[in-house]
Amino acid sequence: MELLLVLGVPFAGGILLGFWGHRNFAPELNSVMSLLTFLAAAALTVRIIADGPILVWDEMFFVDPFNVFLVALTAFVAFTTSLFSRPYMRIELHHRRLSPNRLRLYHSMFQMFTFTMLLVLLTNNVGILWVAMEAATLTTVLLVSLYRTPASLEAAWKYFILCGVGLALALFGTILLYFAAEKVLGAGGTALLWTHLYEVKDQLEPTVLGLAFVFLLVGYGTKVGLVPLHNWLPDAHAEGPTPVSAVLSGLLLNVALYAVVRSKVLVEGALGTDFAGNLMMGFGLLSVVVAAFLLSRQKDVKRLFAYSSVEHMGLMTFAFGMGGALATFAGLLHMTVHSLTKSAIFFTVGHAAQKSGTQVMGNIRGLIDSNPAIGWGLMLGSLAILGMPPFGVFASEFMILTVTMHQQPWATPFLLAALGVAFAAIFGKVQPMVFGAATAERLPHPPALIPVFVHLAIVLLLGLYIPP
Amino acid sequence: MDLPFHTQLINLFAALLLLLAFALLTQRRILSLINLFAAQGFVLVLSTLVVAYSTHQNHLYYSALVTLLLKVLLLPWIMHRLIRALNVRWDIETLIDIPATMLIGIVLVIFAFNLAAPISQFAGTITKSTLGIAMASILLAFLMMITRRKAVSQVIGFLAMENGLFFAATSATYGMPMVVELGIALDVLVGTLIFGVFFFHIRETFESLDIHHLEKLKER
Repeated sequence: MELLLVLGVPFAGGILLGFWGHRNFAPELNSVMSLLTFLAAAALTVRIIADGPILVWDEMFFVDPFNVFLVALTAFVAFTTSLFSRPYMRIELHHRRLSPNRLRLYHSMFQMFTFTMLLVLLTNNVGILWVAMEAATLTTVLLVSLYRTPASLEAAWKYFILCGVGLALALFGTILLYFAAEKVLGAGGTALLWTHLYEVKDQLEPTVLGLAFVFLLVGYGTKVGLVPLHNWLPDAHAEGPTPVSAVLSGLLLNVALYAVVRSKVLVEGALGTDFAGNLMMGFGLLSVVVAAFLLSRQKDVKRLFAYSSVEHMGLMTFAFGMGGALATFAGLLHMTVHSLTKSAIFFTVGHAAQKSGTQVMGNIRGLIDSNPAIGWGLMLGSLAILGMPPFGVFASEFMILTVTMHQQPWATPFLLAALGVAFAAIFGKVQPMVFGAATAERLPHPPALIPVFVHLAIVLLLGLYIPP
Repeated sequence: MDLPFHTQLINLFAALLLLLAFALLTQRRILSLINLFAAQGFVLVLSTLVVAYSTHQNHLYYSALVTLLLKVLLLPWIMHRLIRALNVRWDIETLIDIPATMLIGIVLVIFAFNLAAPISQFAGTITKSTLGIAMASILLAFLMMITRRKAVSQVIGFLAMENGLFFAATSATYGMPMVVELGIALDVLVGTLIFGVFFFHIRETFESLDIHHLEKLKER
């Protein structure tokens, strides 16, 4: 029942907002829909924690603690983002960067995007997962190109082509997976269900599964933004509207990583070697290092934080690649704190860019004078994402590093150096934006800063105390 | 060694598919590209029908029907309307170095066959020898997307890649479960429509469909 609501509410929201998305009350309707989704997700979470994993509707959907936690996180961040987008989109409308029709498209696609992400997380069918992931790409392409500027069209085109090719490879991986599974489970629907696949994972053909994993990792890895497949990510983040950057960074990347992790568990069981884990560690480490060194060259504030997302996704991929209970827990914790912190940062950055009328960091100055709340939000958010104690990112990064020292000592210096470089790059750029002499003007609508501080408070809480 | 008639037929269609993939790679006129794409879809339908008939896999008849409607009729029709509306019907693309592209294509085919060899050993289907061809046509479509400079032909490359994937699915496993196949078809359709809308935006903004206008965003 809760499951039906979790999926049904955003879908209905997408349709409703397709009709009314340009009205005055549309931003509120958007928030209400997201709130309902979040409440349903919370109810589902409570039920899973109480009753354990469930399988419903002909085994079409499968909910266990791993994905229900991501469902709750996705619904929560989607809700806070919809709160943030209320004033943000009104200001964009006021500045005439958007027409009411575009706003309708935006609201409708925002809900549809939430729906597709939740479908990716909840479905039990590897094929449906692929279909939903492709649908998520299609909805976000429309969101990225919302401003119809040359740069945003280019970013959307790049995103479309690169992720399209990436997902085509993932589909090939899925076909190979089905090919291996069909031998054991027989043709038909059950051979693509996660639950059935897990039961027979040690009987699946290792050669085929190894190859399938390579395709799945490269395919979904394109969406995670792993180096060297990350090219679309900074462009899409920088050129789309800021609420979209927040959900892309905070949610979509997580959802894609979820698909990779699920496949990894399966393939590892079939191969009985570390092949899958090693591959993930390699990609992860490369992403962390390359992204950290690219950070210092950025001039656009949203590109800067997009690269920071690449770095953090790399760190998570590395953690999941190492495997083991502690590393996996650290990876999950990092997923949570990263999405909360990164979306909070994008909220503040969005308003800061609106105030200054530019995304170029050199022209954003003195936020602490012109709007202390935005300034402090950005400062605290940056400190949090850089892994300063007592924020939660510190706890998860510390755990990942400790496990690394135990299991893969050779990787520790690379990670530490990359984190150090990232710190220097981001802090050096954020500091003058926050302090420095003020240049900004007043906004026509009061900015929504409650989500920022709610997110940062949760991250702080997770840094101080982790619920079991 | 005599192969049964239907296997020979499937192999023939597979060979045609590969030939069409090469033709797509080197065809310069956009109008012909669309026709070639439709022809590839039609060969796909025929081979799926033969597989369905010879193995009594009834659900393959449905997927052949979906392919016929989508890839032979609907998508080419949309594309034809698009290029007429965009007035690029008679456009000719200047391709760099067709012989070199062909050579790379041949290397890709050899690579694909090598990659497919260990997998087709495990396949119990009558079509297992065609898995290499399926993989080759995926890679050739990929190559086409890389070498093309026009937005329309890139999209055709993308769709040709989907054709290759569909062929891989039929030849390795007799097709994916129906619900997944319908989902994929829906995504392809919606994707093409969005691409179509995109063409207009790109043309409106850049006054051309050449994607070299879309290479401004780079690391500076």
